Amino acid sequence: MPLTDAPRIVTARLGQRDSHTLERYLATGGYEGLHKALTMSPAAVAAEVDAASLLGRGGAGFPAGRKWSMLKKDPVTYLVVNGDESEPATFKDHLLLESDPHQILEGVIISAYALQVTRAFIYIRGEFALGLERMEEALNDAYRHGAVGRDIFSSGFSLDVVVHPGAGAYICGEETALLESLEGKRGFPRIKPPFFPAVIGLYGQPTVVNNVETMANIPWIVTHGGAAFAALGAGRSAGTRLFALSGHVQRPGAYEVEMVKVSFRDLIYAEALGGGVREGRDLKAFIPGGVSAPWFGPEHLDLPLGQDEVGQAGSMLGSGSVVVMDSSTCAVRAAWRITKFFARETCGQCTPCREGAGWLERILYRIEHGGGREEDIELLMDVCDNISPGVQWPPQQTTICVLGPSIPPSISAAISRFGDEFLVHIKDGGCPYD
Amino acid sequence: MSHFTTPMAARARQLVALYPEPRSALLPLCHLAQEQDGWLRPEAMVEIAELVGVTPAEVRGTASFYDMLHTEPVGKYLVSVCTNIACLLDGAAELLAHAEERLAVRVGSTSEDGLFTLEEAECLADCDHPPCVQVNHRFVRTTTADQFDALIDELSAGGRADEIPTHGTLVRIRRNGGLRVDPEEIARERARAAGRAG
Repeated sequence: MPLTDAPRIVTARLGQRDSHTLERYLATGGYEGLHKALTMSPAAVAAEVDAASLLGRGGAGFPAGRKWSMLKKDPVTYLVVNGDESEPATFKDHLLLESDPHQILEGVIISAYALQVTRAFIYIRGEFALGLERMEEALNDAYRHGAVGRDIFSSGFSLDVVVHPGAGAYICGEETALLESLEGKRGFPRIKPPFFPAVIGLYGQPTVVNNVETMANIPWIVTHGGAAFAALGAGRSAGTRLFALSGHVQRPGAYEVEMVKVSFRDLIYAEALGGGVREGRDLKAFIPGGVSAPWFGPEHLDLPLGQDEVGQAGSMLGSGSVVVMDSSTCAVRAAWRITKFFARETCGQCTPCREGAGWLERILYRIEHGGGREEDIELLMDVCDNISPGVQWPPQQTTICVLGPSIPPSISAAISRFGDEFLVHIKDGGCPYD
Repeated sequence: MSHFTTPMAARARQLVALYPEPRSALLPLCHLAQEQDGWLRPEAMVEIAELVGVTPAEVRGTASFYDMLHTEPVGKYLVSVCTNIACLLDGAAELLAHAEERLAVRVGSTSEDGLFTLEEAECLADCDHPPCVQVNHRFVRTTTADQFDALIDELSAGGRADEIPTHGTLVRIRRNGGLRVDPEEIARERARAAGRAG
């Protein structure tokens, strides 16, 4: 693996020919983790995952083992896997779904065994036509192989898995919106607390919702032991993680690196990774974890890729996507486009988010396109404050879900770092980068 | 009289049977209807409503929430150009403007020959190949105007049919068989779900 000697855990088969097939999977150690898990008690499997300190790879970074332990005891419980990857600039799950679907599926089967659920749903973003086909094919092959279905590998454990296509809605990546969508409804997030999916989830039954990349880590953890996983990384950020690097870098791509041991500077500049900012330009800013995250500047380059380290510095690793903006980037335009995304994708349940996103988008649009007013910067911050009081990090919330408080960070970061650019736009009546 | 053809109606029933509550099949059934008709026709929504036990208005109200479900006709090829942040940084606005010119349509409309509908997409999760373009939700990776034009020429001439099926066909791999877990356990699960729904 680049820069450290940690093994490649989720990307071991990437780049191999036919990496998505059962044949290739079996030839490279596939389903050995499941065989091993079935010789253990469900509680022992869960204990290994807990010992691994695997943080959920969807965005919130909640420990997977703890999430499992919160599942309420009930005769009918479900496992739902979130493959609705749509956070802008995040493309790791897309890659895993297309190139190694069996690894995800094996993680699902092992997890279902540990949780003793007999029905799992894999919700995959509708726009991933090839990913859906690869997973459906993998599932058919796994049924035939006896890895899923009745009496798996003669263990007495039975499980059905259903691949469920989404239909185009960012909000369905939010776990309760995903459950609503899976129930055949609009993707309206549910109010929580008091009841999280682990207590009241799919069809009102206790449900564990885990991300695709989280599932992809499970076979390795069971095969090699939770301790081996926890030995990688540092602090609460154990193991490796797949980072999606995009924007103004020489080599955009998804890179699996050991957590904490590698810094943003390494990820962006190392020859084996991003290879540096393009065309010899200077780094202006970068987004460290999806567009809901406050932007970082060059002074943050030496921060390690660790959940707590990034959190303490005032942003988040979030969905594991890093967007690099060089000196040719217009901060107003970038903030406007991100805000336009939220304005399009708000589900419309909560007024601050539904109305605020649209207002912010229109104000940013007019600043970028020459119609900005002197009072606009203050107005932007005031609307942000109404969505997320104090416009601080971590954000406050006035809405049912976190889409609302995800809107202000890019705007407040752009204003606090590049406020002079906003002023120039307003004073000159247009974009200086045009 | 079913709006779905006989084989499609059989697939519809198989889909409904996969879930503890029939309503969960609503989105998959909408995809199925689009596979048959190219878009989501009102007659299909009426039939889906019957299949999952809700009103046609609930089907329409749900479908209209989702970008991929089209309650009006679209072209044989839906061309989606992402302009979100990673693509914006690498010429997405310019490529979208080029696409409008090449296809002689504005974003959101369909070419006169009915072949192409152009849409401005949100992030499609292929950000290491910017700007990202999908045709009928297949990644085509045409990142320059020239590559885009070559693709449009090819599609106009009926090419790449194996790789890019006509709009509406999402997943060409069929699930092999239904549920396998002990039927009694499935019945118990269904009873719980029905109790809650009732």
